[in-house]
Amino acid sequence: MAKRETENPGKSATGSMLVKRGLAEMLKGGVIMDVVNPEQAKIAEDAGACAVMALERVPADIRRDGGVARMSDPEMITGIQAVCSIPVMAKARIGHFVEAQVLESLGVDFIDESEVLTPADEAHHIDKLKFTAPFVCGATNLGEALRRISEGAALIRSKGEAGTGNIVEAVRHLRSIIGDIRKITQADSAELFEWAKRLQAPLPLVQEIAETGWLQVPLFCAGGIATPSDAALAMQLGAQAVFVGSGIFKSDDPAPRAKAIVEATTHFRDPDIIAKVSRNLGVPMTGIGMDKIEQRYAERGW
Amino acid sequence: MRVSQNSATKVVGVLALQGAFNSHERMLSELGVATQEVRTPQDLAVVDALIMPGGESTTMSQLLESSELFEPIKKVIHEGMPVFGTCAGMILLAKTIFDGRDDQVSFNAIDIEVQRNAYGRQVDSFEAEIQVERLNDAFHAVFIRAPRILNLSPDVEVLAKFGSDVVLARQKNVLVAAFHPELSEDKRIHEMFVKEI
Repeated sequence: MAKRETENPGKSATGSMLVKRGLAEMLKGGVIMDVVNPEQAKIAEDAGACAVMALERVPADIRRDGGVARMSDPEMITGIQAVCSIPVMAKARIGHFVEAQVLESLGVDFIDESEVLTPADEAHHIDKLKFTAPFVCGATNLGEALRRISEGAALIRSKGEAGTGNIVEAVRHLRSIIGDIRKITQADSAELFEWAKRLQAPLPLVQEIAETGWLQVPLFCAGGIATPSDAALAMQLGAQAVFVGSGIFKSDDPAPRAKAIVEATTHFRDPDIIAKVSRNLGVPMTGIGMDKIEQRYAERGW
Repeated sequence: MRVSQNSATKVVGVLALQGAFNSHERMLSELGVATQEVRTPQDLAVVDALIMPGGESTTMSQLLESSELFEPIKKVIHEGMPVFGTCAGMILLAKTIFDGRDDQVSFNAIDIEVQRNAYGRQVDSFEAEIQVERLNDAFHAVFIRAPRILNLSPDVEVLAKFGSDVVLARQKNVLVAAFHPELSEDKRIHEMFVKEI
């Protein structure tokens, strides 16, 4: 557990690691849905989303349109905040700390420093410890996750490959992160130095994993979830909640699909319920194979 | 499920539809109490008490209906099962929800009126020391997009305040907290709840 940053008995303190991670804890077992306008935000909330991610284009459209993808228009984010009673997240470009400052000033509940947007800095991520708002960051492996945590991320999501409707990369990343956590819990103290070197991650964080058996923050799954079974797969592999981007609003009939994914995420170990909620949802997003992709977003991040 | 040491026959259920249920489970197991995640009416049937965790009350409200848990839980609470709601759990147990969704369900189990997200957005979430009745030392409380008790009936016992706001309260078998005792390392409030089962 992160150490409290404030020692202020009798008074209240905002923005501590405990408070930031606290919101991540509250999102567990839930579905965070990408939405591009207030109407979609209402549909998401009505379907039982535990939070929404406000952005101008879902990843499938960013992929199709190309060009530079940036933080959304503040007007659009405010419009979504106005209709939602659940937490509203929004994305900043990797390393673009001014976009993050703007999102914090808008009162965004969680800032996603996201590889789905075009990176602004090819060497540095945002110093997230400087912010009051919590950050979520993507990771493809445990080293990347621990570097983001050392920079102050309060939540890690496996990256997957956003905008593809293809779960294969999310599975690869989850297995890599959780598999290495399992191995570290079996390592002896001398081996932990080598693990830290190999992962390019701070030794104290690696030692903490050996002790507790888990990351310092929750681990969610993103990138490629299109069906209730996809969501339950991520949960059974060990993700603690799921982000669904293009998978809902790029499908034929978003509202029932959104609700079905919410129910499958809760009842992820119960195939009877997953079967029941998967019936008659219409056509999911078409999706693309990894061999057809020109730009892998998951490769962004350092 | 874990074998308990000091209350061997009792099982505390933790509503596991969405939210911080595993933090509660961890705390209970550290106290040596057996736990059961509750997602279905079958799960509910084996528990002697129930914790409703923090999370999104609107999400839980819909999942209570779709999982066919709302009526069974309402019944066991009104029959006297000890129940403890933190944050979103407090909202679900309240008699009246101010600023809730029109279709949001509530168990009407404690005579309070609560307002959701009453302290603001996440940037306003905070931690603070509070003084709890019957506990000697201060309790470190974490408030995440916390609800506020706007009104309470004289039948509701006040157990802690933050400033002028009541943040821990009890009426008969129902205990509610606006904050998250499951997020700090301090087990005393869980202990208080478990003792009364």
